[in-house]
Amino acid sequence: MADGTSVPVGVMTPAMAGRRRASSMKRFAQRRSTIAFLLCLPLILLVACFVIYPAFYAIWLSMLNKKMTQFVGLGNFAFLLKRNTFQLVIFQSCLFAITAVIFKALIGITVAHLMHNIPGKNQRIWRGLLLVPWVIPLALSTLTWWWMFDPSYSAFNWILNELGFSSVPWLGVGWIARFCTIVVNVWYGTPFFMIMYLAALKSVPDQLYEAAAIDGAGAWQKLFFVTLPMMRNIIAITILFSLIVTFAEFDIVRILTGGGPQDMTHVFATYAFQVGIQSGDIPLGAADSLFMFPILAVAAFFVLRGVTRRSKEIAA
Amino acid sequence: MSSSTAVAGAVPHAQHRHHSLHRQRAWALWGSYIALGCFVVMFLVPPFYTLMTSLKSSAEISAQQGNPWIVHHPTLENFWYLITYPNFQTYYLNSVMITICTVAISMVISVLAAFSLARMGFWGSSALSTGVFLTYLIPASLLFLPLFQIVGFLGLINSVWCLALLYPTLAVPFCTWIMIGYFSSIPKELDEAALIDGAGYLQMLWKIFIPVAMPGIIAATIFAFTVSWGQFLYPLAYLYTSNQMVLTVGIISDLIRGDVFQWGKIMAACLLASLPPILIYAFLMDYYVAGLTAGATKG
Repeated sequence: MADGTSVPVGVMTPAMAGRRRASSMKRFAQRRSTIAFLLCLPLILLVACFVIYPAFYAIWLSMLNKKMTQFVGLGNFAFLLKRNTFQLVIFQSCLFAITAVIFKALIGITVAHLMHNIPGKNQRIWRGLLLVPWVIPLALSTLTWWWMFDPSYSAFNWILNELGFSSVPWLGVGWIARFCTIVVNVWYGTPFFMIMYLAALKSVPDQLYEAAAIDGAGAWQKLFFVTLPMMRNIIAITILFSLIVTFAEFDIVRILTGGGPQDMTHVFATYAFQVGIQSGDIPLGAADSLFMFPILAVAAFFVLRGVTRRSKEIAA
Repeated sequence: MSSSTAVAGAVPHAQHRHHSLHRQRAWALWGSYIALGCFVVMFLVPPFYTLMTSLKSSAEISAQQGNPWIVHHPTLENFWYLITYPNFQTYYLNSVMITICTVAISMVISVLAAFSLARMGFWGSSALSTGVFLTYLIPASLLFLPLFQIVGFLGLINSVWCLALLYPTLAVPFCTWIMIGYFSSIPKELDEAALIDGAGYLQMLWKIFIPVAMPGIIAATIFAFTVSWGQFLYPLAYLYTSNQMVLTVGIISDLIRGDVFQWGKIMAACLLASLPPILIYAFLMDYYVAGLTAGATKG
């Protein structure tokens, strides 16, 4: 801008122009961030009204009495913790989530490896078939499982009878019912692990395997020293993620057993539903579902750490 | 995977080594196919049983004789009954209506927000994008009781429209997250060029970002669709008359009356209700999987 032909102008102009440019830049940036904020506004409103506010409202609700007329402090939490049923609920939620996630992860990684072995052009159809459990809405496929677990004339009991065993009361006995709910969850959740791991497997560079082969590594050594370390981050994120979802699981238990027999399959979500909606004690139900929070928060912290690390890697 | 084991033997019997290598590879391949076949059979047992039961007449089911895994006298009476059953038509219509609304609302909100968060930025925008991801981790089962009060306050208890209000909260965070990823991968030169040519931000979003990030938009749309088609907890908690119900809840509350289970009809209803997701996945699976695993390939 300052062409420097005349000295006084040349001295003055850059400063002025600079100031003007700075202010227009500032106005531009301001306008830009205003528009940006406006574009985000629907999201902020939605999340604030229907996620953040209810979350805090849940804390307030959990400290009221059943008729929601009186403040009882931590009374609901203390009441729940003393109740035998609720102790069972804590135990079952942890059992359900941890067992199911372990099996989903193990089966998922096995199937992903098998898929990785077969030629790429065949993978699509196999993947499509294996993803079917995950595609059908869970509430609907659980109905089928319920029918298959039917005690009198069920699909499974018929096979057992044909093989000479006696019928099993699938959903009628505590531990067997717990086992059934976990089986259904594993069936439903494994495909998700499979596609995540398959994608991660494909991203491991071939050179690493070649280098390992030259160094004389066998198949197992490659798995433990190349594949798993390379996939560590994505495995961790997927497991934590699935832990959160499985912990909050509702559909399977609600439909299959409704929490029975003798409350031996209730998890936090179904118990909160029974207490809060069916028995009409919303504060107690809210207190019950808030017990999920610490576990979810810890898992979310680790997921977030993994995700930010990942985004940094992408940015780098 | 196991092709390398032969390399460990350093003895240069080239021919022999080649053969054993080949054979080992073939074995590994066939082993993988067989194992995968077993998994596919296990995974597909429930859908298969659904299909078989849906083709049976009520009489055949209640006779409780013979092999339950095959259908002896196939009939379409269950499907016909459902198609002409007014309640079932209502559930289907409600599901379709709510899903369309949810998908539209979620996509508008999340595309606008993702564009702003990925490209424009404002004070606190990075904190906001982290926060959005965190809200995705808050499950529906933690919020449904306070939401019951809120929905009641809004006067929407037992109104199917409360779902159109609530489902976007389940879909938007993850859709935004997917879209941020896709939008950030678009080269900055593109929007600079657009700005120089005098395009406004909305024009830039409409003319450049949305067309370029179409795969991401498809993935996010499928996610929103899946969430709103399959959600079970909210409709179960907030809806109780049959004219307001959606498929997931309607099938259970309508076809199970006390101790009477009309299994043939229930299974046929499950099949009919699973049809839209299955069709969508059959055609658009690749986009969805790519959208979901976009992070996995880079972790």
